[in-house]
Amino acid sequence: MILDWMLVTIAGWLLISLLGVACLRRTWLVSRLLFPAGGLLALVFAVLAVSALFSTPEVAELALGLPGLPFHLRLDALSAFFLAVIGGAGAGISIFAAGYFRHGEGTPPGLLCLEYHVFLASMCLVVLADDAYVFMVMWETMALSSFFLVTTNHRVPSIRQAGYLYLLIAHIGAIAILLCFGVLQANTGLYTFANMRAQELSSFWSSCAFLLAVLGFGAKAGILPLHVWLPEAHPAAPSPVSALMSGVMLKTAIYGLLRVAFDLLQLQLSWWGILMLCLGLVTALFGVVFSAVQADMKRLLAYSSIENIGLLFVAIGLALLFKAYGMIGLSTLALTAALFHVVAHAFFKSLLFLGTGSVLHATGERNLGKLGGLMRSMPWVAWLCLVGILASSGLPPLSGFVSEWLLLQSFLFTTGLPDPFFNMLVPVVAAAVALIAALAGYVMVKFFGVIFLGQSREKRLVEAHDASLLERIGLFWLAAVTVLIGIFPVYLIDAIDQVTQALVGYGLAVTVRANGWLVLAPISIERASYSPLIFLGIVGLGVVLAIVMVRLFYHGRIRRAAPWDCGFPAQTARMQDTAEGFGQPILQIFSPFFRVKREVPSPFDAHPQYRLESSDHFWYWFYLPIARVVERLAIIIAKLQQGRIALYLLYSFLTLIVLLVVIKR
Amino acid sequence: MISQLLEILVALILAPLLMGWINAWRAWLQNKSAPSLLQPYRTLHKLFHKESVVAETAMPLFRIAPYLVFGCMALACGIVPTLSTDLPMAPAADAIALVGVFALARVFSALAAMDIGTSFGTMGARREMMIGFLAEPALLMVLFTASLITRSTSLASIVHTLASQKFVIYPSLLFSGAAFLLVLLAENARVPVDNPTTHLELTMIHEALILEYSGRHLALIEWAVALKLFAYTCIGAALFFPWGLAQANAPEALLLALPVLVVKLAAAGVVLAMIETVNAKMRIFRVPEFLATAFLLAVIALLVHVLLGA
Repeated sequence: MILDWMLVTIAGWLLISLLGVACLRRTWLVSRLLFPAGGLLALVFAVLAVSALFSTPEVAELALGLPGLPFHLRLDALSAFFLAVIGGAGAGISIFAAGYFRHGEGTPPGLLCLEYHVFLASMCLVVLADDAYVFMVMWETMALSSFFLVTTNHRVPSIRQAGYLYLLIAHIGAIAILLCFGVLQANTGLYTFANMRAQELSSFWSSCAFLLAVLGFGAKAGILPLHVWLPEAHPAAPSPVSALMSGVMLKTAIYGLLRVAFDLLQLQLSWWGILMLCLGLVTALFGVVFSAVQADMKRLLAYSSIENIGLLFVAIGLALLFKAYGMIGLSTLALTAALFHVVAHAFFKSLLFLGTGSVLHATGERNLGKLGGLMRSMPWVAWLCLVGILASSGLPPLSGFVSEWLLLQSFLFTTGLPDPFFNMLVPVVAAAVALIAALAGYVMVKFFGVIFLGQSREKRLVEAHDASLLERIGLFWLAAVTVLIGIFPVYLIDAIDQVTQALVGYGLAVTVRANGWLVLAPISIERASYSPLIFLGIVGLGVVLAIVMVRLFYHGRIRRAAPWDCGFPAQTARMQDTAEGFGQPILQIFSPFFRVKREVPSPFDAHPQYRLESSDHFWYWFYLPIARVVERLAIIIAKLQQGRIALYLLYSFLTLIVLLVVIKR
Repeated sequence: MISQLLEILVALILAPLLMGWINAWRAWLQNKSAPSLLQPYRTLHKLFHKESVVAETAMPLFRIAPYLVFGCMALACGIVPTLSTDLPMAPAADAIALVGVFALARVFSALAAMDIGTSFGTMGARREMMIGFLAEPALLMVLFTASLITRSTSLASIVHTLASQKFVIYPSLLFSGAAFLLVLLAENARVPVDNPTTHLELTMIHEALILEYSGRHLALIEWAVALKLFAYTCIGAALFFPWGLAQANAPEALLLALPVLVVKLAAAGVVLAMIETVNAKMRIFRVPEFLATAFLLAVIALLVHVLLGA
């Protein structure tokens, strides 16, 4: 029943996309009518998904596709959970997009509308798919529609390049996923997920399928070393698209991984967990260190997404490890942390990407070094982004802290893994996670401080305008959800409980609910507890009491004067830290991470210039060697290509003879 | 409830005194004549009386930040068991959330410093965040070792378990104690890392951060700084010397716990003053090494616990 309504909603999106094509260049109609309608549908979709989460699984067969190969769809707890994330975050992004897309260069708005809604629909169908065929078709639709969205400004060569890189890596991933499904069906020739679940694969073939899944979904999620497309594609895409890709699309990769590792595969090995743990840890550390030195605000957020995906991998790896050892309670805790972070990240990262979109529209500038002081002219965007950065830094009482807290708890309750080596690894990983979380705070202070605080680094920034009403509504929705799930985490854990029940057969909700809605205590109140509402209440009370007391006993006089700054007279806006300046300690402390190119001026230079370029080792150690090998091979193969028809006829003739010989045998 | 209110009240009152005590001891150790122990109160009173001079470029964030930092530190003092382990506020925030409170306060003071847009403000913010991201995981690891020993992350039950069991020296707690001392010095802007009495532009960290504040805002920040030092000292006292705390909510137990707390704080103050006297401030680029040492010590402590079970 719910599934049918969901399909109606998806059909609604497709209708909107067709209408978009019909009014190709009528910007007003597309942005003020079609996008808000799509946003409302997304909201309806999220509500449907939440109600599906608490009801029994449903299946459907659509007579689409090839003859004898219908679309199998299934709506269970795991897919309902991810659909709710897609719908919820998608609603905010669509409403924002309604105010964002305007008449300009590049793809006409009607076409954007088509691509955008096809993208949304395909993401939902990926999550609903119940056979490999639908999954792959929708996965490819998703990749292609997002590729066209990334290359909206296709007249800029660097954007075309970024899109190409994205498409390339997406396809490497797609091949791995296809092979993974090939292994999973175990020569039965039936590609439905139900059949895959029924197969009892040996540990070797299970491992093959798992590794292929990690490779395939890791490419989409941006796991090292397949992360390179993220920092290129996100700045290239329009902001709502970056938000949708980073906040939502990356989560479909997480969904796929969970589906394969916990649902389709019937056995889990401990080393899989360790592998994911290590991959995730390296990715997260790399992502956060690189995001600290970026000067482009969207690149900074893209690296921060890499970090968050790394943390998700750590949590899922931990869950796998515990599951493999049959420690179901701990596995549930780690999985709950992962799923909580999926929701938290979807909302706060979309919020931040949309915030950069508003800044970009108001100033036309992506470089942090040329922004500053925007809180004065764009208070709405600034205060809402403040919510986003606090959540992203993992600070209480917002959503990012809850997932970090749950993750650290699952490390802490680890006692007595059968393998002493793994036992030793767990505290080290916990330490690294703590370091990554603290570094994320550094990055976010840089992001917010350099863009919104201080003095404007350029004169024209004073004229920057705040976001339009629709943009504000979109941002507000995302910020509100971020705050609400941060303050009432117990309700979200109730929902997550349905998923963990389905995946590992255990849920936290019983213990959590026993302690009431106010206090979050996954095991018992004596062992660990956290209550965001009381936390907020006490800090708030402290603030209010302090204000009242000061006013009561003293006075509220204030005088405005020029900044003091140790009495230095000639202060200009250029003396503030730039993005490079703020990132400098990281560049120094983590210097082995970077490949740094410095150009230092000589003392006698009349126009001294200082240039610093920090880039990724992976380009030089991983991608360029591969590119060189491909180039060499291409040169060798090109020798066959002589451009004379006689030679090509000879090739055909030889091929024919070889084939005949083969068949004759 | 009484114990909870009493704890916060004691923290608010004693924190400036602890500052004064350390300053007095430092002066004595350096053969100077010491200021009165009550000097910090007088300074606070004076600052509250003065009018606040706020920079023209300041935004609302700048004015709300001191109150927020103050609220955070008050909460921190409320959840650290200083007098009693029977705290109604304890379920609100455990050890991890305590680290989160400190981080929240740090982020807001860094943002406030960047708000004015002066060269020193942003420099201070950057340095403070640098110290923060190294010190925060180290503190978390120290607390993790204690919570692994006691199988709980709630500070009240950690201290309760540590205090009520037979006296044993845990090797892991020795390591984490060393790490904690380093973190305490760095986080509270004490001497080898930062000098609380300097206004030498190039070396200051915390002072650069609060350079633009004056009047009541500065008073609140100074008070919050004192509260932070108080909270840290109490965490140290509670984790490594957990004796003498009231286990129940009885008034006589609380009355007994108060002098014990004062003695512990006095001893800690003397030790801190000594450390500050015999050490010189280090270069800012050496600070990451200093804190990396703390982090490694804390991780070693955790490993010692996991491997040796002690």
